[in-house]
Amino acid sequence: MAEKKLLKKESLGQLFEKLKSDGRRILAPRKKENQIAFEEVSSPEEIAKEYIQTTTSAKFTVFPPCEELLRYRFEDKEVQIEDRKLDPPPTVIFGLRPCDAAGFSVLDAVFSWDYQDAFFQSRLEKTSVIGMSCNEADEYCFCTSVGGGPGNTKGSDILLTRLGSGDYLAEIITDKGEEIVSLAPDLFGPAPSDQKDEFLAEVPVRFEHKELTTKLGAFFDNDLWVEQSLRCVGCGACAFVCPVCVCFDIQDEADKNGGTRLRCWDSCGFSLFTLHTSGHNPREVQSQRWRQRVMHKFSYLPDRFEIVGCVGCGRCARSCPADMNLVEHLKEIVETK
Amino acid sequence: MDALRKKARELLESGDSEVIIGYGEGSGNRARAIFVQKPEETERLILDDRCEQNLAVYLLKREVKSLGKPAIVARLPVLRTILQLAAENQLSDGDVAVIGISPDGELVDLPDFKAIEEYVDSLPLELSPEEQEQLEKIKNMSIEDRWRFWTDEFSRCLKCYACRASCPFCYCSTCVVERNIPQWIPVAPHGQGNLEWHVVRAMHLAGRCVNCGDCARACPVDIPLNLLTQKLDEEVFSNFGLKAGTTSELNYALSTFKPDDQENFIR
Amino acid sequence: MAEFEPKIIAFVCNWCTYAGADLTGTSRIKYATNVRMIRLPCTGRIDFMLLLKAFAQGADGVIVSGCHPGDCHYTAGNYHARRRWILFRSLLDFVGFDTRRVHFAWVSAAEGAKWAQVVNSVVNEVRELGPFEDYQKLARVGVE
Repeated sequence: MAEKKLLKKESLGQLFEKLKSDGRRILAPRKKENQIAFEEVSSPEEIAKEYIQTTTSAKFTVFPPCEELLRYRFEDKEVQIEDRKLDPPPTVIFGLRPCDAAGFSVLDAVFSWDYQDAFFQSRLEKTSVIGMSCNEADEYCFCTSVGGGPGNTKGSDILLTRLGSGDYLAEIITDKGEEIVSLAPDLFGPAPSDQKDEFLAEVPVRFEHKELTTKLGAFFDNDLWVEQSLRCVGCGACAFVCPVCVCFDIQDEADKNGGTRLRCWDSCGFSLFTLHTSGHNPREVQSQRWRQRVMHKFSYLPDRFEIVGCVGCGRCARSCPADMNLVEHLKEIVETK
Repeated sequence: MDALRKKARELLESGDSEVIIGYGEGSGNRARAIFVQKPEETERLILDDRCEQNLAVYLLKREVKSLGKPAIVARLPVLRTILQLAAENQLSDGDVAVIGISPDGELVDLPDFKAIEEYVDSLPLELSPEEQEQLEKIKNMSIEDRWRFWTDEFSRCLKCYACRASCPFCYCSTCVVERNIPQWIPVAPHGQGNLEWHVVRAMHLAGRCVNCGDCARACPVDIPLNLLTQKLDEEVFSNFGLKAGTTSELNYALSTFKPDDQENFIR
Repeated sequence: MAEFEPKIIAFVCNWCTYAGADLTGTSRIKYATNVRMIRLPCTGRIDFMLLLKAFAQGADGVIVSGCHPGDCHYTAGNYHARRRWILFRSLLDFVGFDTRRVHFAWVSAAEGAKWAQVVNSVVNEVRELGPFEDYQKLARVGVE
């Protein structure tokens, strides 16, 4: 049972100071023109005031868009490999929404499946999450349809809920959370009597994900995929803003002296994603790629890991240039006879 | 809007068109592209200020082509796109029924490419004052400030290629960035990979871009990509007197020349 | 401390500038040794990306040179190149790239002296500008 405390809003500044003197960098949502994105901050004043969700996710903290895996040099006929020293900076992600926080466990499921991905794990280990419950949601949010909720604690080390007074109810959930509290125990006062639920956003359930998973089991050859994907233009925006998409590409960038091996984000929506060296492409048309996206998130991942590959953050729908809107399509599938 | 729906219905009922590519209600008060195949469904077609997406991008998609003879709701950028695609041999006269839309939202009858050319000729193709202002702002920066501005903007680029996917002129079946023997343009979203991608894309669109603005709208991280193509558009016009999307005959700046083309930087 | 000597890459056409540079040599004209020549059949074949690739590989300056307009061995290659450079140069300038590092010239097979002049002045100009680290650094920007 999570321990409940009160964190006054005036105390945030001091908390940040303590975190910084503990050698941690703090990432929080910052507003830059039309974008709200996670960036390094030094004080709470820099944090975006009102926002429902950031444009891009915080996935880059544990799975960067471009990561060096190793370097190599050619010496005569030998190849000298220099492994990357994995020493990520201790990081606190402040203001992460419960949907995003839950996303870390989906990423973890993939990156520790049959092989412990040291790059991912080393970053995850050094990352602590001070989550922020949602007082407001918009029509794109659907966390409650995928087993989440605006005040869910999964994935957060401390979850803050903003109360009517402007102060925060702080739930200390994990050991990492307790570690943070121990840096500044005076800032965490006795629990308020306020009921958390009163301050949470309303997020109506739009579909039953278990029903969807069952339905998808027999949906592979359905014609609906073609109709649904007509307006999709085949970019990677949805995959790249998604907090749980993990497809990546390995690129070697080298010259005659040596080079570097990079891991970069990739998307199953790209037309050449599944192009084989033989020239055959099993997913030649967009409908097959659209089907793959939905099946992977709502059928294959649940089957294999008992985890839904979607946290309902709604970013894909907000960013899609063609307004694909995932929830609409999912509902359509569930409602199809 | 009623006139549009009536026209669409007529096209479907007469069999002249098998699918109408138009705008419909989307999520969050957006408009989205819809593909109407049944006459009753023409009621879904809408027309207002939200209808900005360049629908012509769907004309070359095999999934849409397989639906049959298309008709398309065409505001000015779409009309120019159709002409430019025709100039590049991607469309023939009569391939698509064009439901022209004037800047005031009225229907315009455009039975063939010649009619579209004449109509486009009658409209102003210059940048709006706001667009001009944005462009001037960059041009007036010092060179260091410009470098800082663009490297800052490109630092957000994730190489999602939404700009490419939403552009009707990026129809290469294998994009230059997908050619990997050698990997000419870096795939990775680092500073160099991003700069080179956007430079290549701008150059490949020089003299072809019709300023629909979809690239900047599609970008999930709000990079003002249309500024790059607008600048090159300006250069193509001031140096060679050519403008994209004004004729269905190929008149591409980079595949033509004049022996007396002027410049002031070659020794 | 060794003074900075710029690395200059020159993309030249085979029929005019390359032959011209050869003449510079046979005429025993001394000129700056900073230049590495890359021979192409015609300036028309020069992809604008080649210039950026040269900078990515460590060049501090680039020279692009070919036949005078009207004299192209392939009739019109240099006319197409000229149009390409007009646009590319304005794009580079627009994104804040220092176009003082990129130089264009028409040097014919008979202009041995001119080639030496072009190289010398480009080397001097680029030496003043210093090493072009900004561009090479870009490949590490954004790499975690």
